[in-house]
Amino acid sequence: MDATVTTQNVSGATVPVPMPMPASKVAARGVNVHYGAKHALKSVDIDIRENQVTAFIGPSGCGKSTFLRCINRMNDTIASCRVTGDLRLDGQDIYDRSVDVVQLRARVGMVFQKANPFPKSIFENVAYGPKIHGLATKRSEFEEIVEKSLRGAGLWEEVKDRLDDPGTGLSGGQQQRLCIARAIAVSPEVILMDEPCSALDPIATAHVEELIDGLKSDYTIVIVTHNMQQAARVSQRTAFFHLGTLVEEDDTAKIFTNPRDERTQGYITGRYG
Amino acid sequence: MNTIFLLCVLLVLSAVGYRMGKASAVGRQNGGTVRLHSLPSYYGYYVALWCGLPALLLVVLWTASSDWIVKSLVVSALPDEIRALPADKLSLVVTDIRNIAAGNIASAAATPAVQAAVDTYLNLAGMARSAMWLVGLAAAMFGLLLARSHVAPSMRARNRVEGIIGAVLIVCSVIAVLTTVGIVLSLVFEAARFFVAIPAADFLFGLTWSPQTAIRADQVGSSGAFGAVPLFTGTLLIATISMLVAVPVGLMSAVYMADYAPARVRSIAKPLLEILAGIPTVVYGFFGALTVAPFVREAGALAGLEVASQSGLAAGLVMGIMIIPFVSSLSDDVINAVPQSMRDASYGLGATRSETIKKVVLPAALPGIAASVILAFSRALGETMIVVMAAGLAANLTANPLNAVTTVTVHIAALLVGDQEFDSPKTLSAFALGLVLFAVTLALNILAMRIVRKYREQYE
Amino acid sequence: MTDMSVPAAPASRHTGPEARLRLEKRYASERRFERYGMAALSFAIAALFLLLWTILSNGATAFFQTHIRLEVHFDPATIDPDGKRDPAAFRQANWAAVARAALQEKFPEVRGRLPLRQLDALLSDGAQIELLRMVSADPGLLGQRREVWLLTSSDVDMIQKGHSARDVPEASRRVNDAQLSWLDRLAAEGRLEKRFNTRFFTAADSRQPELVGVWGGVVGSFLTLGMTLLLAFPMGVAAAIYLEEYAPKNRFTDLIEVNINNLAAVPSIVYGLLGLAVFLQFFGMPRSAPIVGGVVLALMSLPIIIIASRAALRSVPPSIREAALGIGASKMQAIFHHILPLAMPGIMTGTIIALAHALGETAPLLMIGMVAFVVDIPAGPLSPSTVLPVQIFMWADNPERGFVEKTSAAIMTLLVFLLLMNAAAIWLRKKFERRW
Repeated sequence: MDATVTTQNVSGATVPVPMPMPASKVAARGVNVHYGAKHALKSVDIDIRENQVTAFIGPSGCGKSTFLRCINRMNDTIASCRVTGDLRLDGQDIYDRSVDVVQLRARVGMVFQKANPFPKSIFENVAYGPKIHGLATKRSEFEEIVEKSLRGAGLWEEVKDRLDDPGTGLSGGQQQRLCIARAIAVSPEVILMDEPCSALDPIATAHVEELIDGLKSDYTIVIVTHNMQQAARVSQRTAFFHLGTLVEEDDTAKIFTNPRDERTQGYITGRYG
Repeated sequence: MNTIFLLCVLLVLSAVGYRMGKASAVGRQNGGTVRLHSLPSYYGYYVALWCGLPALLLVVLWTASSDWIVKSLVVSALPDEIRALPADKLSLVVTDIRNIAAGNIASAAATPAVQAAVDTYLNLAGMARSAMWLVGLAAAMFGLLLARSHVAPSMRARNRVEGIIGAVLIVCSVIAVLTTVGIVLSLVFEAARFFVAIPAADFLFGLTWSPQTAIRADQVGSSGAFGAVPLFTGTLLIATISMLVAVPVGLMSAVYMADYAPARVRSIAKPLLEILAGIPTVVYGFFGALTVAPFVREAGALAGLEVASQSGLAAGLVMGIMIIPFVSSLSDDVINAVPQSMRDASYGLGATRSETIKKVVLPAALPGIAASVILAFSRALGETMIVVMAAGLAANLTANPLNAVTTVTVHIAALLVGDQEFDSPKTLSAFALGLVLFAVTLALNILAMRIVRKYREQYE
Repeated sequence: MTDMSVPAAPASRHTGPEARLRLEKRYASERRFERYGMAALSFAIAALFLLLWTILSNGATAFFQTHIRLEVHFDPATIDPDGKRDPAAFRQANWAAVARAALQEKFPEVRGRLPLRQLDALLSDGAQIELLRMVSADPGLLGQRREVWLLTSSDVDMIQKGHSARDVPEASRRVNDAQLSWLDRLAAEGRLEKRFNTRFFTAADSRQPELVGVWGGVVGSFLTLGMTLLLAFPMGVAAAIYLEEYAPKNRFTDLIEVNINNLAAVPSIVYGLLGLAVFLQFFGMPRSAPIVGGVVLALMSLPIIIIASRAALRSVPPSIREAALGIGASKMQAIFHHILPLAMPGIMTGTIIALAHALGETAPLLMIGMVAFVVDIPAGPLSPSTVLPVQIFMWADNPERGFVEKTSAAIMTLLVFLLLMNAAAIWLRKKFERRW
């Protein structure tokens, strides 16, 4: 949790640390979420910067996943959920009537806590997104996208000879990387990851973390994790959520070394959570 | 009535046995100095069960077999020239004897020999009744006294009672197996008698079905009257039409209600479909004959087509409507069994609802849907009343849904409704048809269950 | 890992005009799909309403029958020529002549054999029975004149109810012009009225549609279902308890299990074959008797009751069982004192639904001779009888227009019973619904 980790992380990547200040990709002002009578998220303000990895940390039930699911409106599938406030992607209100949720989700992809490949072949899993969005028409184009995406997810070498095998037959870590490949095949701008490594063993976790680090040059990544080491390893910015409020958000190094709020301090030093 | 009265008496005796057993157990405590192994009531139950159960079994057995015994005794007492009659004539005589004995009208005037047999019959039947009472009551008393003599404080009454009840439970579950055995045996046995007269190959592959010609006894087995192929094709045709209606409508209704319909629509539509499922088939048959068949015929006439008044299309259409709720509720189950994470994954990639359903949910649910379609098909094959009322008896070998066709079930019903002689191939052919129907539906059900089991494993 | 050549997410891919176009297409297909779904559901519901409408529009009128009010002279010369006032003699009397006399008195101008026969045909045979009943109940009526509402024939009834058209050529009508003019006269004098059809709820089968009633079928159904309940409920529950609580996991119990699932899907007509071959042929039980029907339906409902009962037993949480065993109850005590009572609402719901199913079942009962013409209300489980759905089937086979109405009304009766049973099941489920 010291500065060296962060520096190492930053120097390994191509993005220079302090300057220039990356533009804000997603901006939230006063976002509130209610599940029926439950006030799950209270007035969240945050700027998520382009081409960086932002980590959301906090104890379970603190609202970090809820906020993540607001960004591509996955909460729409829950009938009792109500979102208010101002949440913008590239300056456009995500919850505006004119916004097309299908288009939004094409731009803001998502990787879930538990790997959920479709019960189809590996190839079809990856080709699914481009197919529905009409990003390719010819078989060769699909093959190209599938290869690129699987390479991008670091899975190509492992599966290139068995693309027609069912995706559900892969190991847990491979399945999760398949889900990441499936997400990037759509060419999103933002990728949301909801505790992507919580069901994986340490080796598979290392694989995925390495991958996330590599992806940030092309995508804006938001990752929810309950693992503070992971946040420290992969992210440039960290936001700490507690009881439905965003307590603080800052450079990862700062959060882990010198947090402003004592709740953050308590959490990262393991006093609760 | 007689038997029911006896059963009531046995019940009362058992109740007496309960009181006696309980009292005797309490009495032998020696005023509380000896501890009973079980609660006093268990000693009561013990005696009551010993009193009632064996007697009950005896009475049931007696009732079931006495008629058969009396009949064979009467037949053996008949004069030789009557006993020498062929089996079917003899059974007619026996029926007459029974009818006269019961005070009904017999088919022929009673000859002295028959009249004598009637007297014997009445005599024996009366004896059988008295003997039943005697045996039943004796068994009950014996059981009661025997069990009561067992009662002692040290007897493990509870364990013994539980042992008896456990045995009863097992017997009840075995009834289910016995039912299947009964079905299989009765079908196979009667069908075998049919296949003695008509070769199985002629039955299974013959192209003409007209069982009426076999009524005349000397024409039994005349050429090709029992070729069941037209019935098989008719059954398949109607079942296929019904599937063409029920599968798309049922499936799409299920999908619509699961993923599209507002809660209010769903809360109204679901019970309505349940009502559709609860309507008896005889009502569908009436609806088909009264409304749908004329409608189909007139619609055909408007289109310049000649439609038979009892067309396969009309029957299939009505049967399809009947099966819609069946398909939709089964599909609903399998669609809901597809994990939410699968939908989330698809929505997360920006798929629309229909894309998610068509490309993720339905393919994932496919085995389950296939199983429910198979079950629905098996049900369509075995459905009787709709086709009896809306399809008719014309055994045409055709694939044209506008013609009149008939089904296996229609002919089973037609051959067996009313009085029948159990020795003509005409009657027995119904059992051969039943055997085919049973075998095919059984195979389909087992196939569907296999698929469902595999499918469940996939998500466990 | 970072050297891959995934394009750096050009925003235009998802926001440009081309994307817009693709999106519109996808939404069009989305709307189309939703419309298919809506159409499918609407089709199913429309079919239901068409069916119910067919039944209602044909059957609603059956609860009232057309009657004619006539002044009847209870002429002792015809009814009781011997003057003994003997009820047996009443039954032998020429009641047709009494009814005819009343009609002729009303229409004295009608002469000739054929017109008189047509005049007679206005009244049902039931009118005579009605007159007999009146005199048998009160012999004092003899020699008096009374205004009596007499039942009309079905043909007249159908015309009055509008089920048969008046405005078609005479040749294609079952009621001719003369009869129509008589009817109009009666109507103008207020002597023609539709009165409540009590007979429909008290009588059994008949050859004449205006005389039929469902009570015979209802009683037959009641006796049959009673038998079914008596057999299937205890056996089903016992089997479920054994399979759920006791059965070891071995090949034999597996066999029972597969067996039960299969039995639930065997076509009902096969049960009819079983009943015919085993109970009628082998055991020589009586034909057309509710007891045999009850046994056959019991075997048919057994698997359904077992499956429902097992589900109900399974839904009782293990903690209850453990609590009972923990305080020293025997396994059977735990089951009979704690688990079974808690599972009872579920078991009863399943049983009612199985019985409702059995109530509507027709095909297997045809095989065992319950398709008999039974004019009397069945007296007991051994007397020949029919059941409501079979009664419907037999009436539906009748081409007469009057029977269409009565069939529909019988269906309405059957549906009411089914509705009541299902409502009871839903009520039970709601009342005892428990969230563990």
